[in-house]
Amino acid sequence: MFRVIRKEVLNPTVVLMEVEAPLVAKSAKAGQFIILRATDEGERIPLTIADYDREKGTITIIFQIVGATTNQLNQLAEGDYICDFVGPLGRPSEVEGFKKVAVIGGGVGCAIAYPTAKALKENGVEVHSIVGFRNRDLVILEDEFKAVSDKFIIMTDDGSYGEKGLVTDALRKLVESGEEYDRVIAIGPLVMMKFVAILTKEFDIKTVVSMNPIMIDGTGMCGGCRLTVGGEMKFACVDGPDFDGHLVDFDEVIRRSGMYKEAQRHKYEESCNLLKGGNTNG
Amino acid sequence: MANMSLNKNVMPVQDPNVRNKNFDEVALGYTDEQAIDEAKRCLNCKNMPCVSGCPVQIHIPDFIKKVAKGDFEGAYDVIYKSSSLPAVCGRVCPQEKQCEKDCVRGIKGEPVAIGRLERFVADWHMKNGSDKSNCDIKPNGKKIAVIGSGPSGLTCAGDLAKMGYSVTIYEALHVAGGVLVYGIPEFRLPKEIVKKEIDNLKRLGVQVVTNVVIGKTLTVDELFEMEFDAVFIGSGAGLPRFMNIPGENLNGVYSANEFLTRTNLMKAYKENSQTPIMKAKRVAVVGGGNVAMDAARCAKRLGAEKTYIVYRRSMEEMPARLEEVEHAEEEGIIFLTLNNPTEIIGGEDNFVKGIKCIKMELGEPDASGRRRPVEVKGSEYVLDVDAVVMAIGTSPNPLIRSTTEGLETDRRGCIIVRDESGLTSRQGVYAGGDAVTGAATVILAMGAGKSSAKAIDEYLKNK
Repeated sequence: MFRVIRKEVLNPTVVLMEVEAPLVAKSAKAGQFIILRATDEGERIPLTIADYDREKGTITIIFQIVGATTNQLNQLAEGDYICDFVGPLGRPSEVEGFKKVAVIGGGVGCAIAYPTAKALKENGVEVHSIVGFRNRDLVILEDEFKAVSDKFIIMTDDGSYGEKGLVTDALRKLVESGEEYDRVIAIGPLVMMKFVAILTKEFDIKTVVSMNPIMIDGTGMCGGCRLTVGGEMKFACVDGPDFDGHLVDFDEVIRRSGMYKEAQRHKYEESCNLLKGGNTNG
Repeated sequence: MANMSLNKNVMPVQDPNVRNKNFDEVALGYTDEQAIDEAKRCLNCKNMPCVSGCPVQIHIPDFIKKVAKGDFEGAYDVIYKSSSLPAVCGRVCPQEKQCEKDCVRGIKGEPVAIGRLERFVADWHMKNGSDKSNCDIKPNGKKIAVIGSGPSGLTCAGDLAKMGYSVTIYEALHVAGGVLVYGIPEFRLPKEIVKKEIDNLKRLGVQVVTNVVIGKTLTVDELFEMEFDAVFIGSGAGLPRFMNIPGENLNGVYSANEFLTRTNLMKAYKENSQTPIMKAKRVAVVGGGNVAMDAARCAKRLGAEKTYIVYRRSMEEMPARLEEVEHAEEEGIIFLTLNNPTEIIGGEDNFVKGIKCIKMELGEPDASGRRRPVEVKGSEYVLDVDAVVMAIGTSPNPLIRSTTEGLETDRRGCIIVRDESGLTSRQGVYAGGDAVTGAATVILAMGAGKSSAKAIDEYLKNK
């Protein structure tokens, strides 16, 4: 059992939890993920590591409440326990050997983009961060990003905060104004990553994207997380989660991510109804 | 007086048309009378071909003799000396290829039902027997780490614990048992039985730590830093194989590992499970091994109206355990042997709507000694299905080999061992089961775990 020692609500649907998991914290690196089961009856879901503290022995996760499991997870308060918590899984992100990197985060993906930006900064890389949200109310980790970025741009779809537009608009502007990046790292919704990759292909900038597909074990057993990269079958859990954005078949990944949409919506509604009925131990 | 009946006592089973709609165990087990009657078929012959056919060398005639006398606990004591998991083996061993293969009674008629008797004895003990864990174990102060809690790891751990070692098993998943819990379905091996066998090991002092992935959470070298004296790697098979045909990433295509894990480990067949699974109406399972049979029978139970086994060779070459094939046929699984998929076809919604197959015929024997299947030109056709399960084997998991310096693996990625001791290229590191052999059977993995336990004991005694 893994104790939740801190819980913060970052925006109406995004929650941060710091969890006691000393063995995971000991070897965790930016870009890796964990798999958890909130309760004994729960589903296994992967979540990327948002931060770690080796001395305290804690891992921070940031999640959006989108389904039954994240809903159950959100029912836990500080001092409560997460049933299962295993990691760190996947390969760490490459964060060394660059001069200047553009880090692009979209929505809750910023939770994963942030530790990567931080790790790059710690390695002496010049970091330009571009983060995008639907509107002002959904902005997360603004101060954290500012602290590790040499340049920081915030975009909102409706212009209610920062600049109005998409992250790709901002990236195009920077590149066209003469900024030379030796890498772009994009983490966010699949559609965002797809369009960042299309843009950077145009400018021939190597681009890494972080994939978070459906998976069960996270150790290379189930094969549910498979995707096509450069015409080859890869498993996100052991070969990734980072892949060359110019080689990922995004359309296929997007189609596969919808495999259980119906079932998941049903389960989510069920879990919400249960909560309304006053049963909060689920 | 020996029972000279040519046939085995028939195993009572659930009716096929009832059981193909539930996940309860198919075989119900012998009664005391049936077990005694069957035991009397054993001639207690001198050369004991059954024992040499058993990968863990259970003293089969000895235990059967005790069953014949009605001394079931005595029979259990005999089995327990050689096997840590009798209730499991009695259910999942391919007896027809092992102990029962050379049984003298099989020359004319059916062999003695050794597997069914083993199961009977183990189940009787679970219900009525006494705890074996207090049989005086003298702790020797040495620590062993076992990676993986599947059949090889559990066997190795059990044997070492009985010798006095302090054993810790590390398991990547949230429950112990490996393939016994994520792979083999409830109706063939109830999870309660696996749990009881593991509880028996815990009573011997074995510690089971779940949620730790060796190669990620901890490395093999870190285990030695934690003062383990030896390490046994029983991490299992790993990455599922696909055929490399078009359409394998369509929605509705599963690896058998995923399909079975969702069903068995995550209990997707239960109404209240949080883990979804597609409840397909027409399912094609590709492959002819036990895993394929398990997947097909699960699909049927999840509500499929038509479930096909698509296998490129003929019934004769099928590697699955005989009883599984028979049970699958009884349950209405349709066998399309000498058929090979060439493409999976999707609809506009990107879900599977068919599988294109080509007919095969058998040619000359290949390297495996089985006749090579050859395509019949122009025989392609499309089978109407809405889900496909690929049960064509696995390739070894890279997590341990990529993080353990000096651990040699072969071209396929299987860990290389020196001999049957399971000793790897690293001192004090032993390995066995699917991680060494590639996908094989529960009992072979147990045999490997057993020989490694013996080798680890010899190594540490002479160190």
